[in-house]
Amino acid sequence: MPLGYYLALSAVMFVIGIVGVLVRRNALIVFMSLELMFNAANLLFVTFAAYYGTIIGQISVFFVMTVAAAEVAVGLALMVAIFRTKHSIDVDQMSSLKG
Amino acid sequence: MLPGEILFGFIGLVVVITAVGMVISRNAIYSALFLVSNFTTVALLYLILGAPFIAVVQISVYAGSIMVLFLFVIMLLGAERLAAKEKLQGQRLLAVILGVVFLVELGLFGVWKAGYMTTPVPPAAATAGAPEAVGMALFTQYALPFEVTGFILLVATVGAILLTRGDKPASKDLITAVSEKEG
Amino acid sequence: MLLSETLQNPAVSLVPWVVFLPLIGLVINLVLGQRLGEKFVGAVASLAALAAFGVAVVLAVTLAGEPGVGKFHLLDWIQVGGLNLGWDFRVDTLSVTMMLVVAGVGSLIHIYATAYMHSDVRHNGDPSRYRRFFVYFNLFILAMMILVSADSYLMLFVGWEGVGLCSYLLIGFWFEKGADGTANAKAAKKAFVVNRVGDFGLLLAMFLLFWNFKSLSFDEIFAQAPALAQAAPGVVLAVTLFMLLGVAGKSAQLPLFVWLPDAMAGPTPVSALIHAATMVTAGVYLVARSSPLYLEVPAAQQAVMWVGALTALFAATIAVAQNDIKKVLAYSTISQLGFMVAAVGMTAYVAGMFHLITHAFFKALLFLSAGSVILGLEHGHAHSHNGHNGHEEDHFDPQDMRNMGGLQGRMKTTFWVYLIGALALAGIAPLSGFFSKDEILAAALHTSPAIFALLIAAAFLTAFYMGRQVFLVFFGRPRSTAAEHAVESPALITVPLILLALLSALGGALNLPKIYTLEHWLEHSLQHSLVVEFNLTVAVGSVLLALTAIALAWWLYGKRQMRASDPDPLAAPLGGLFRALQNKWWVDELYQAVIVRPYHALASWLSGPVDSTGIDGIANGLGQLTHWAAGSLRRIQTGYVRTYVLVVLFGVVLMLAFLAFN
Repeated sequence: MPLGYYLALSAVMFVIGIVGVLVRRNALIVFMSLELMFNAANLLFVTFAAYYGTIIGQISVFFVMTVAAAEVAVGLALMVAIFRTKHSIDVDQMSSLKG
Repeated sequence: MLPGEILFGFIGLVVVITAVGMVISRNAIYSALFLVSNFTTVALLYLILGAPFIAVVQISVYAGSIMVLFLFVIMLLGAERLAAKEKLQGQRLLAVILGVVFLVELGLFGVWKAGYMTTPVPPAAATAGAPEAVGMALFTQYALPFEVTGFILLVATVGAILLTRGDKPASKDLITAVSEKEG
Repeated sequence: MLLSETLQNPAVSLVPWVVFLPLIGLVINLVLGQRLGEKFVGAVASLAALAAFGVAVVLAVTLAGEPGVGKFHLLDWIQVGGLNLGWDFRVDTLSVTMMLVVAGVGSLIHIYATAYMHSDVRHNGDPSRYRRFFVYFNLFILAMMILVSADSYLMLFVGWEGVGLCSYLLIGFWFEKGADGTANAKAAKKAFVVNRVGDFGLLLAMFLLFWNFKSLSFDEIFAQAPALAQAAPGVVLAVTLFMLLGVAGKSAQLPLFVWLPDAMAGPTPVSALIHAATMVTAGVYLVARSSPLYLEVPAAQQAVMWVGALTALFAATIAVAQNDIKKVLAYSTISQLGFMVAAVGMTAYVAGMFHLITHAFFKALLFLSAGSVILGLEHGHAHSHNGHNGHEEDHFDPQDMRNMGGLQGRMKTTFWVYLIGALALAGIAPLSGFFSKDEILAAALHTSPAIFALLIAAAFLTAFYMGRQVFLVFFGRPRSTAAEHAVESPALITVPLILLALLSALGGALNLPKIYTLEHWLEHSLQHSLVVEFNLTVAVGSVLLALTAIALAWWLYGKRQMRASDPDPLAAPLGGLFRALQNKWWVDELYQAVIVRPYHALASWLSGPVDSTGIDGIANGLGQLTHWAAGSLRRIQTGYVRTYVLVVLFGVVLMLAFLAFN
């Protein structure tokens, strides 16, 4: 199995994630697109760990997941707090910094 | 075509379809479910690549707890759909065009030109990604980062509690909030 | 200079102390003066000047033993490109002579000033300025010492500007006094601005020197001067003429002399030290010091000579019709400086220096005695008004000679020393002025009859106006109550006067005919100086002429008793000419109309239309442009996070493309 297949799959996932962030207004789905991009990166880590025959890539994935979990916890809490004041999770509604 | 490649093609197809489905679903619940299936499929890839520990963690932590958290929040807020109309006309088209260009660039210069299409992944050694090996590495060589991630999780927990406690206590600082609770 | 060997005597290393000692004095006074009182301030300042004089004496003795040029490198100063200037002191007979004059006369004036300023600060109602005066005075000695001990034009320029600054500060010492409360400040400003015109000339001369010689140190320039004068005579001519402009500014020559009469707004010791004895002679010193340059260009010599001779006569005519005791002396100073400048223009450097020294003696003496007279009159004025209207402000002018008269018996010491000074200035044998002036006259006769005629006419007028002054001030009956009650000044004032009177009387011994002590002393520094043998005809003729002038003055001013309100006896016979003299030939008015008015108009045009409309318009326009641009650009900030991300992605795509295609 050529290495390139995994890399290409990872790239596709990553770009779909980016497009998701760009086109969706629902903050929750934007968040999920972010998770998808994390996954693309993780897949890259694991692929190269197998390619080089080391364990470091897997360790990195472990840390990424932990930090992602923490990020999700804080991010969702933020979203709840914003919803309380704005009564919406439309990211386009959060434009008070307009120049 | 080899059986391995057929399997990879199938898994890859599922991964892409679920990812696209997550992005284009109108309902946030569907999006979450698509993402769960996506994570699970990626976990299969991890297994093929000889990383069973990561695969299990992927399913239990990501597909399990994190996505359940997402679903909780969606339902809690009742924010499956957005009422307002799209204000940024052209954003969608531009985003897709830029995304395609980006993908082409990545594929051409990150994968094709780098010569990764011809280098095979060596067959995984049976013990290389075994949970024992990962555990040994985590608790010996990477013990300090491991502890630090634990601390990050703790801080994130405290932060999440503080943020979602509601308006009144949120205006006070952490110490008063905690001492009030203890008192 | 070039022929003299370098002096290796260890005494040369003392030379920086002529600068350090006044510095120490002024720092002590600056820090402690206010606390320790007037006596302390005066003592420290005078001791500093005296100690500098002591150093100068040691240097002079050393040079007398082994003539030569001593140099002392104190520290590196400027090293830029090809310019390599150190803070070098030069010890040769010329600079040491100047040091002796500056510190010697300066010390006597310091001592005199301790008493004079004691009265002056009380008369003007601000005793706290006593310390300030002596700080400035020591600063002046310091700057003047830098000027005369410099070994390069740039260091000389530092001193040159320093004495200009001190002059400004001391002319405006009572800056809030004078007519309208601004006259003194205006006089100080005038001195400064006119001096700047001269300094501009000196600066241009220095630029040209550096451009052509790649150096500013005296020896290097003078060594190359003959070669350059061969190759490019125009350059040397330009340098010397620009230098002449500097000389005209500092030494109050035509056409820049107008500041010196106004400078009399300063306290009398200032007039004596700065505006008679030392600073104004800096121009003469500069020409003497630059003699190797002037020797190469006869045209420049001619220019210097004519400027000096014309100034001598021009200022002497104005002095005839002045009524202010210090103004007469001021114009006399300009006239005598004209004599010196004419002398150095004729390459009679030694004669010029000789007159510089004797003039420093007798003109300092005259100014200080005039100060004593003014003090006496102020005392008399205060005394005569004591009791009834002591505090009432009236328009009594203690400097107006028409208010004086009959002081001969009331201020005996002052009278005698004044008489000695006046006779020395008039050129009566055997006082010092006779020898020095006759040396210049003899040289003039040798050089050019026209110059001789100008100078002899100036000498005649000199004797006349000094006679007029002495008769008006000291003879006859008092013409005011203040003069009736005038009293002699204290010993601290009269003792320096007596010492200066001795110097004025005996100063001629420095360069007696046939012996020429000063001539031999200075020939190590000033080669190729024109020396004309003592001319008995000229000497006897000039003395007879001076006596005639004094007799004429007596006939006009001494014979009859006058009253304060009487018109000047000369006014009737001279008519319009006298009015012209009294109004200083309307030079100030001419400058006002030709230079100051157009300049003011230009300035108000620049400040009005050009600055407030044009420049401010540009500045405000730039501000509005920025404001408008910011207003337009801020619309880019939509506030939509997704747009920002889109832009970021666009940047990433571009960067990746850039990396890929490279």
